[in-house]
Amino acid sequence: MTEKRGTRGSRGAGGRRGAAPTAEPKALAAKALAERRVGLLREMLRIRRFEERCVELYSAAKIRGFMHLYIGEEAVAVGVMRALTQDDNVVTTYREHGHALARGMPAESIMAEMYGRVTGCSKGRGGSMHLFDAGLRFYGGNAIVGGGLPLAVGLALADRMRGEERVTACFFGDGAVAEGEFHECVNLAALWGLPILFACENNRYAMGTALERAHAETDLALRASSYGLVSWAVDGMDVLAVEKAAARAAEAVRWGGGPHFLELRTYRYRAHSMYDPDRYRDKAEIERWKEHDPIDALSGRLRGEGHLTDDDLAAIEKEIAEEIDRAVEAADAGDLEPVADLTRFVYSPRPSAKPAARRS
Amino acid sequence: MKTAVKSEQITYREAMREAIREALHRDDRVFLMGEDVGRYGGCFAVSLGLLEEFGPERIRDTPLSESAFVGAGIGAALAGMRPIVEIMTVNFSLLALDQILNNAATILHMSGGQFNVPLVIRMTTGAGRQLAAQHSHSLEGWYAHIPGLRIVAPATLDDARGMLWTAIEDPDPVLIFEHGTLYNMPGELSGPGPVDIDHAAIRRPGSDVTLVTYGGMLHKTLAAAGQLAETGVDAEVVDLRTLRPLDDKAIMESVRRTHRAVVVDEAWRSGGISAEVSARITEQAFFDLDAPVGRVCGAEVPTPYAKHLEEAAIPQPADIVAAVRRAVDGDA
Repeated sequence: MTEKRGTRGSRGAGGRRGAAPTAEPKALAAKALAERRVGLLREMLRIRRFEERCVELYSAAKIRGFMHLYIGEEAVAVGVMRALTQDDNVVTTYREHGHALARGMPAESIMAEMYGRVTGCSKGRGGSMHLFDAGLRFYGGNAIVGGGLPLAVGLALADRMRGEERVTACFFGDGAVAEGEFHECVNLAALWGLPILFACENNRYAMGTALERAHAETDLALRASSYGLVSWAVDGMDVLAVEKAAARAAEAVRWGGGPHFLELRTYRYRAHSMYDPDRYRDKAEIERWKEHDPIDALSGRLRGEGHLTDDDLAAIEKEIAEEIDRAVEAADAGDLEPVADLTRFVYSPRPSAKPAARRS
Repeated sequence: MKTAVKSEQITYREAMREAIREALHRDDRVFLMGEDVGRYGGCFAVSLGLLEEFGPERIRDTPLSESAFVGAGIGAALAGMRPIVEIMTVNFSLLALDQILNNAATILHMSGGQFNVPLVIRMTTGAGRQLAAQHSHSLEGWYAHIPGLRIVAPATLDDARGMLWTAIEDPDPVLIFEHGTLYNMPGELSGPGPVDIDHAAIRRPGSDVTLVTYGGMLHKTLAAAGQLAETGVDAEVVDLRTLRPLDDKAIMESVRRTHRAVVVDEAWRSGGISAEVSARITEQAFFDLDAPVGRVCGAEVPTPYAKHLEEAAIPQPADIVAAVRRAVDGDA
């Protein structure tokens, strides 16, 4: 990659009078860039290892219900989250472990949720598909395909009405593009110029239905552009490409450029859910995609550039394994919500109401 | 609440409009959003003039995208706004049912109490205007089935004027069902203030039989009670006002006094709110009853267009009188 002056990571000091930057800041910038990329690698690895552990725990019946794995798609969550600030909003889907981790949700909080513990991020009410974190402005895993899009429109509308410079990032899949809600929402967002980054994770399958078996026109970015918003397709297996595209889109959205749409072309290696026997696709197809694995690609590149050694990688793996171990231990030890509190959170506390009037 | 205001004639529509106007003045987080609420003035002219007064940011016309704009109301509520979303009719609300059930009613619980949804959705319900089978149904009972929602049905001018502000102050989603035949109903307000949305109200005290009803049926039930009085039957009329949560206490107190109950509901009988009320009376006041709980409901048919068929499809005062006679004469 050619270094551009003034891009992120540049210190901006010295070399002001037309002279080339001195060697020292340039080296520092390159080092910072490499460190950031190692950080991206680490985040992707953290998601993958977390989910690999989830598979084991599912087999051990520690986790139940529907569980959808993100393995193969890690570059999308990690690249897009890098473009957001802590003040931005995130709305996502039921395949959201990766989004939650990349957003900064502690592994402990997610694992405890999947164990159904009161110590989980949603107090055991949500499970794998419904991770929420108000502090991180993480508005949930939504398990109705397309169901999060209207929420994103409303969050962005509220920001627009109050003059907040906040981006709402909304993740959804290619399956959602077949839903009427998608078309209603993209139109509404474009019509009202709302600050939304639509992050379409095109993993080529809506559960078991291949893209070309569900869409007459499979170029999803092209279809989004018909609503009058800026949209383009990105190699979702390349975290650097995702990061760059997301940063560009998010900045445009933030400063009044209206909604943007990224079609992030990616692939899930695992079945749709733990119930899925995966009979609808060719095993060779999965292997072909694995050749473009986002973690292998970045790790290979960093090694080639001399920014990552075997020892570095081993240290990263060790840290991640320890974090996951702690999460599993904490989940195991976590308390269960007393059954007496079953109907908590059906209604908010209403101090003015008599308790007797609350029941129906 | 009972301020000494000079009473003047007002319609249900105007009472509702005043309630929206007041909310917009009181709280800058409030805005109205829906199909034709702005430039058109509202499908039933409820919001006429509000666009000119408050501007297009707060009186927000939407495309015909019920799921998107209802869901956007939920999202804006999550972000701390206090949206009022108008849906033209209850039949159209089915296009947004996913958002209402799977998001509005669910997010508080599913998030472990982290996110509440202070949203108000208003919609027209009911038959009586020859609008046939896709504009006339009474589906509020369906919504009353859903935990997480609060369902109200203002039947009087005071409730049309006063329920909205209370609903807006509620931390959870409130659905307001306005019966389409009520908009032109004239009358006087007894006061301008907010009213509770927790309790049923006795609209006509009586001692012989309890008539439980709500919304558009209240006025037919009161008419029937008037006719019954001429024949010596003193009927008490309970207006539910809120369909979820139901005010069991008010219903049972009345039934324990009168020992007879007839539920009047414009909606279909099978699996409706009338079945729920009847079941609760049986569960909670069975030994106080002198007769089986009666029901007067809409015919089990998609609402027809022709006037005589539509009238036959929804309860009329004569049907209510006949049901009461059965309850009263059935025992001796």
